[in-house]
Amino acid sequence: GRALVSSLAKRKCQCRRPYHASVLPSLVSTASPEFAAKAAAMDALVADIEAKTAQARLGGGAKAAERFRSKGKKLPRERFVLRTLNDIRVTQNGWTAPRLNLLLDPHTPFLELSPLAAHDVYPGAAIPGAGLITGVGRISGRECMVIVNDPTVKGGAYYPLTVKKQLRAQEVARSIGCRACILWNLVSPGAALPYQANVFPDKEHFGRIFYNMAQMSALGIPQIASIHGISVAGGAYVPAMADENIIVRNQGRIFLAGPPLVKAATGEEVDEETLGGGMMHSSESGVTDHLANDDEHAGGHRRPGEGRGGGGTAVRPARGAAVPPSELHGIVGTDVRQAFDMRDVIARVVDGSRFREFKKEYGPTMLTGFAHIHGYEVGIVANNGILFSPSALKATHFIELCSQRKIPLLFLVNVTGYMVGSKAERGGIAKDGAKMVRAVACADVPKLTVIVGGSFGAGNYGMAGRAYSPRFLWMWPNAKISVMGSAQLSQVMTAVSTDPAQHASLQSEIEEQSTALYSTARLWDDGIIRPTDTRDVVGLALGWQRGGRRGRAKGLDDVGWDVSPPGLRRVQDNE
Amino acid sequence: ELTDTESTRLPHFDKILIANRGEIACRVIRTARKLGIKTVAVYSDVDKDSLHVKLADEAYCIGPAPSAESYLRADKIIDVCRRSGAQAVHPGYGFLSENAQFSETLAKEGIVFIGPPAPAIVSMGSKSESKNIMAAAGVPCVPGYHGDEQVPQFLFEEATRIGFPVLIKAIHGGGGKGMRTVTTPTFAAFQEALSSAQRESLKAFGNDTVLVEKYIERPRHVEVQVFADTFGGVVSLWERDCSVQRRNQKIIEEAPAPGLSAELRADLSSKAIAAAKAVNYVGAGTVEFIFDNDTEKFYFMEMNTRLQVEHPVTEMVTGLDLVEWQLEVAAGNPLPLAQSSIPLVGHAFEARIYAENPRNNFLPDSGPLLHLSTPMPTHIFASSFPAIPPSSGASSLADLTPSLSSHNSMVILPSVRLEEGFKQGSQIGVYYDPMIAKLVVHGRDRTEALRMLRKALDEYHVVGVSTNVEFLRALAGNQAFINEEVETGFIPKHFDELFPPILAPSPELLAQAALFVVLRDHPISSPTLQSPWTSLTSRRFGGDVYERTIALQEENAASDSIPVTVHVKPAGPAHFDVTVRTAGGDTHFTSVAAQLISPTTLSSTLNDAYTRVTVVSQPPAPGVPATSAPNTMERIHIFADGAKTTLALPSPKWLLSLSEEILGAGKGALRAPMPSLVVEVRVKLGERVEKGQAVVVLESMKTETVLRADVAGVVKAVGCKNGEMVEEGRQLVEIEEDDVSAE
Repeated sequence: GRALVSSLAKRKCQCRRPYHASVLPSLVSTASPEFAAKAAAMDALVADIEAKTAQARLGGGAKAAERFRSKGKKLPRERFVLRTLNDIRVTQNGWTAPRLNLLLDPHTPFLELSPLAAHDVYPGAAIPGAGLITGVGRISGRECMVIVNDPTVKGGAYYPLTVKKQLRAQEVARSIGCRACILWNLVSPGAALPYQANVFPDKEHFGRIFYNMAQMSALGIPQIASIHGISVAGGAYVPAMADENIIVRNQGRIFLAGPPLVKAATGEEVDEETLGGGMMHSSESGVTDHLANDDEHAGGHRRPGEGRGGGGTAVRPARGAAVPPSELHGIVGTDVRQAFDMRDVIARVVDGSRFREFKKEYGPTMLTGFAHIHGYEVGIVANNGILFSPSALKATHFIELCSQRKIPLLFLVNVTGYMVGSKAERGGIAKDGAKMVRAVACADVPKLTVIVGGSFGAGNYGMAGRAYSPRFLWMWPNAKISVMGSAQLSQVMTAVSTDPAQHASLQSEIEEQSTALYSTARLWDDGIIRPTDTRDVVGLALGWQRGGRRGRAKGLDDVGWDVSPPGLRRVQDNE
Repeated sequence: ELTDTESTRLPHFDKILIANRGEIACRVIRTARKLGIKTVAVYSDVDKDSLHVKLADEAYCIGPAPSAESYLRADKIIDVCRRSGAQAVHPGYGFLSENAQFSETLAKEGIVFIGPPAPAIVSMGSKSESKNIMAAAGVPCVPGYHGDEQVPQFLFEEATRIGFPVLIKAIHGGGGKGMRTVTTPTFAAFQEALSSAQRESLKAFGNDTVLVEKYIERPRHVEVQVFADTFGGVVSLWERDCSVQRRNQKIIEEAPAPGLSAELRADLSSKAIAAAKAVNYVGAGTVEFIFDNDTEKFYFMEMNTRLQVEHPVTEMVTGLDLVEWQLEVAAGNPLPLAQSSIPLVGHAFEARIYAENPRNNFLPDSGPLLHLSTPMPTHIFASSFPAIPPSSGASSLADLTPSLSSHNSMVILPSVRLEEGFKQGSQIGVYYDPMIAKLVVHGRDRTEALRMLRKALDEYHVVGVSTNVEFLRALAGNQAFINEEVETGFIPKHFDELFPPILAPSPELLAQAALFVVLRDHPISSPTLQSPWTSLTSRRFGGDVYERTIALQEENAASDSIPVTVHVKPAGPAHFDVTVRTAGGDTHFTSVAAQLISPTTLSSTLNDAYTRVTVVSQPPAPGVPATSAPNTMERIHIFADGAKTTLALPSPKWLLSLSEEILGAGKGALRAPMPSLVVEVRVKLGERVEKGQAVVVLESMKTETVLRADVAGVVKAVGCKNGEMVEEGRQLVEIEEDDVSAE
């Protein structure tokens, strides 16, 4: 009986062979002569295409490549797809270098588009791949459109098909919505002049690139540009139009016209680095946002994982500061006149003491940058001195960026106010300050304010004082708040008054009215907090407001942070 | 007769307190658990997450990290006894284990001290007094001066009488502290060594009285484990050899001592028993002898009135649990076995695994145990042997000859025991002894035990601190050691064999390191997040191939040496083509199958040989700027063929350039080279210092380091204070350099 059962079971097993009616049967005879002939023909064709593709991938050829390498530069393909060097896991000056120096995540695929573009199109000129590499790759765990100029091909000039290839890449990126992120490795002199009629004027020509950039920016598609060589004329507008950009020191240059043209036009003699080098644009013009020391360094900045919002990376495992928060007392002290480096405060508040600074070299009295607190991403706006015009413009840019990327803002306040004096007034400090105040007022993300030192005058407004509806405003016990410093105020009053004796006690009165205790008693703030509690208090506020930012489901992004009329609400997703 | 002893047997305690930490606390807790005794642990602030705290039934914090404020605080321990209701205290070794006053205070409080009575501790604690007692009891002693007279000139004369070389030893010293050898027969040399020994002793033990002894040139350290009960019974559990030492501290111990005749063994044991009897000893004790290899004579050195670190080797060869015996005796019961019933079976070794750097004069190290994987232990306690019926007569010399024959027919399986106090993630701090664990092996004979030891050491992997594992492995494989040529000067004598030159890593090893980096960077493809973007790793089209280059640098390579590069190309699923490019040329490995079996285990098939190696990545400390020093880079530790190879992934140029910007003004900034205790800050703010002047004195693992100014200038900032604990890389003092151009 038992034997029968087992043999039945065996038969049943045999019946359940892996066959399904919908599985297509394969009855092809691979030994047939027709099969062999067809396969051989196809093999040959594939080999031919691969050979042509390989040739196109060489770009401008071995000589051009060698010229590039000898200058210590990386070839475009080396920049983003291949041959990554060692990982970096070092915390450096508060911000963590990415795991990879170069662009694509290691060991991830790259889906290149139209590698044979412009093949045999332009008579007498080989323009491999139309001088542009485009494709979808994975960066920090997200698929991104990558657009790279190939300077080995006619210096990266735009031929008609180069424009077409770039517009197509933008179209693809736009079609998959705000998850895409475009990275431009810019080395381009702009349009190929002999072809200007087919590059410049029409709807689907060069101008459309900028039109698309502006449109996509409004759609919340992060666009990040990095400049590794000379980007002149049309090439100069791409980084300027991007949301955020990176320039390589002593290598990347941005100008509307190069030194020869400048000399011809105005007679001015100037070298490239002075005219549009990385240091100049990062510290003076403010055209660029990050200064990289070399190509590899730029690769780190370009990665969209940190401070780029818009992805699934807003929340990461929370962890404490790498340096002890207990040191805050000794760093700040209680005398508001004594300066301290706000970076020392930030290092003791944010996760892992990591702070990715934005526009570090520009307007250095203002600190802006991205960090995480209890795992929540925040954009930090902090004072490191008096506000000058560049500081205000920097903060404005940063606040708008965070607003666009839906990253909550944390204001760490220690501000004496905007710079006064004729030089500052001529520089338009009032207007620049107003821009910052406007950006703060209209920021479409939650604002949290912590007054860690003084909050005086218009600085209070620019730094999200009570009138600017921060979700919460906390003060440290040492914090001071008033229209100006008590000593200053009494001096002013003594100077303008007809009866100076009347103001004898003014200084101490103002002094008393500017204390945190005076403020909190009148509900000008939401409480006095211990400096060491800042991280937890801010973390709780972020966690509560976000309702757990973990889910970035479709539709959630559409909700503005502050109550704003529906018309003003930004459309987030065009899907 | 048996029923008689059963009926008079006193019960064990219900609850005991263990006034110690680390492996010994865990060891005592294990036996207590076995016997159903509840345990109470005590711990200092830094030990709150320690293993002994977790193993105990209850645990109480007794103060901050420095042992003087915690583990040495008798009052706090007694207070915990009261709070917890512990009836007895096991002191372990070190700390309060040989503190007679502690023992007395406990007695007054009605708490049992699991150890000898106070007078025995006092007698044996003083080296000079103990020798007088021993001499009276007929135990041979090393010629020397043990008197109270401490005038240097007088001591020098005594030394001359004894004959150089001599040894100066602090009376209360131990563990190599307060001990100096003088070979030059001049007063100056003698006085220098004397004052140095006195200083050290005063600091460590609060007493600077010393004795002077004949220094034996080819000595062995042989010690006898004795046990005594409150009824006057004393037995010997045979001897151990602990000759191979570094910095006057034991690192490897064995039982029985190799090469001893049965007569010599019996003689040693009888003298040890006589020594114990002379001080009315109770409990576990060790009588240490110095054995002169040249004359085969032995002399009494000292008696340790506690359970010793190396007690497990005795347990392994006797099949006994010494902590259990201690508890029996403390409960007031007679010794469980008569001398004639005590077995001596096989051979056992104990290797002490320390956080230290053998190639750097065994300097202690500290840090976290980032990775710890150990051989699988086969035993928790020693496996017991069949009882030997007691012989009829009273303790005689015949009883002191173990009846080896009765066990010769027994099948003994080789065994491995691990005495651990720390787990992966634990911190080996600067406050206490840097011993991580003890590895104990037992085999039928010395050869088998050594083989077990070598295998077990091969499987002992530590990352985070330097350890002596590789050194112990070299020692266990050293021919002279195998040949039983042990002596206390073993390490200096065989230095070159024990420290062979470090070879450049093989191409295979470099390939494995690179494959590890490649594989751990592969995107994580979980079933819930499946996407071709993660599963099609390194996929390229149109004939294009992804290639990754990993640069690797040897840990101790010169900063200007060119790193090795390893080029890795995918060659099908989980297969790679690897090219290792060194100064010596290229090595190709084609179609290497490789995968990570676990996050730290790499399997690979190189040249048709399948191997599994343990690879552990150690990230640099956060906040330390990248430099060309390997400890600012990510380090890859590979454990293969019993050796640990450390390779660093060099930081890229841009990261170094950022560091230069930060550290640009770094000259004049003195940083802590390792986690340490600030002993003394010798400068004040605003003070002028000269180049080379001592600025800060640090202590790490009982070793002092003096930081000196690297520039002449004015002290601009002092970032530490005396007694403060500082982490590695912390800036301690900043000196503003003099404006050289102004001169």
